[in-house]
Amino acid sequence: MAMIFGFLYELALQGVQMFIVVLIAPLVMGVTRKVRAHLLRRIGPPLLQPYFDIWKLMHKEAVLAHNASWIYRVAPYFVFAVTWVAAALIPTYASGLLFSWSADLIAIVALLGTARFSLALAGMDVGTAFGGLGSSREMMIASLAEPAMLLIVFTVALVAGTTQLSSIAALFSTAAVGLRVSLALALFAMMFVGIAENARIPIDNPATHLELTMVHEAMVLEYSGRHLAMIEAAAQVKLVLYFSLIICLFVPFGMATGERSLAAFAFAMAVYLAKLFVLAALLPVGETALAKMRVFRYPVFLGGAFAAGALAVFLLFVSRGF
Amino acid sequence: MGTLAFDLAHLLAGGMLVLSFLLLYQDRITAVINVFAWQAIALSLSVAWQSIVQEAPHLVATAVIALVVKGFLIPFALHRIVRRLDIHREVEQVIGGGPTMLTGLALVALAILLVQPVREAGGTLTREDLAFALAIILLGLLMMITRRNAVTQIIGFMSIENGLILAASGAKGMPLVVEVSVAFSVLIALIVFGVFVFRIRERFDTVDVSALDRFRGERRER
Repeated sequence: MAMIFGFLYELALQGVQMFIVVLIAPLVMGVTRKVRAHLLRRIGPPLLQPYFDIWKLMHKEAVLAHNASWIYRVAPYFVFAVTWVAAALIPTYASGLLFSWSADLIAIVALLGTARFSLALAGMDVGTAFGGLGSSREMMIASLAEPAMLLIVFTVALVAGTTQLSSIAALFSTAAVGLRVSLALALFAMMFVGIAENARIPIDNPATHLELTMVHEAMVLEYSGRHLAMIEAAAQVKLVLYFSLIICLFVPFGMATGERSLAAFAFAMAVYLAKLFVLAALLPVGETALAKMRVFRYPVFLGGAFAAGALAVFLLFVSRGF
Repeated sequence: MGTLAFDLAHLLAGGMLVLSFLLLYQDRITAVINVFAWQAIALSLSVAWQSIVQEAPHLVATAVIALVVKGFLIPFALHRIVRRLDIHREVEQVIGGGPTMLTGLALVALAILLVQPVREAGGTLTREDLAFALAIILLGLLMMITRRNAVTQIIGFMSIENGLILAASGAKGMPLVVEVSVAFSVLIALIVFGVFVFRIRERFDTVDVSALDRFRGERRER
């Protein structure tokens, strides 16, 4: 009997982890937009506006192009599902959850790659020039960002000795890892990659449909109704995913690693949410300080991330030998 | 040696290497000069930390010289030169930014591989400082090769010198005489460079050193 209760308790903890990333995602986006609006001396939409938007889109008619295939209809749900799975597997408030063994950092990168692939496919499906342009640019950014992301994974894995996120977070939050240039460099690279992947300024402008240089919004221009709601929700979950990844890898302090009482989990959750909103407020501060980049400058921007990641791996080899 | 001593030395030396990369990455001359100043400050901190770790008080003098001369004096002079010459503010490169960065990464890997056999001879710290110093020297050379503007070439030269001091401070017992003479020779080099840059400018109306190629006698008139 006690075993069954223990199992249910663990299952509930995993369930909380799974649903918190989806439920909090529109609010995180709302905070980001609000802070950005305030920095631009505007009032901005209410904090809960993203929830209303998704609700509204869910109830609107979904308009499909005549020549849209099943890929076009399935892609939004697929993208949302894959992004959700990836986000649910990152330890947010506690390590060692029930399903945390099932995916490591590399699997999460692969899940995100799958989501991006299907979205790019959907962008080209209807055959409009704009969607294809967005898809091709998205893939260009991906081909630049993914090597950098893998180097970050290598760095963290070399320091921790594992790619399992749960163990990494437990190790970094308890044991003294020391002052490491490599981790700082990996954090820099991670921020660059996160900005590129989430289509934020200076790579992409998430707030406009009118700019010719836009990437993500061009890809999803044809979508409407519940499909668009799914895509927007997926984008919000992806932002939370990257914030959670940064929190989990670089500032895991306060995460519940040992004690498994409800109080410890509640405290860890509060700490996690606080860190999440601090990051959500910091992102627009960086964004307002920068201008949108020319498309041909992307390789320089993401090449910087790649160089930082490679340097991080090299430095690890210097300090510990081969 | 305590782990804090190692970590801090690692942080400062690694920071210098990162700043070397930033020197390659920047595309504005004023920004390059500022990064150079930061590298010199990191160098002086690193040397000061070495003087505490090794209990070698004369290294403090090295740190102070690095801070005053290379952290403030030389960047100030270079800023003045840039303003006086009113030169083009963007760094002109012989090859593009991406290939330069990749070459730089390859050079860092080379430096690490070269220093690897030294492991048995010295402690971890000595080996690490040597690897970082060698990488900084190679990156400085790369910067001198890939830049066309004389001012950025000067900065490449000065960052080579930063790498040399880092290597020397890691080795036990560098005499103060050597350090002082090196510092003065760098200052004199700056003066010579400065005069030279003004002469180039006077003659050819540019500080782009490729203008000199025509007068070498090796290449045909374009």
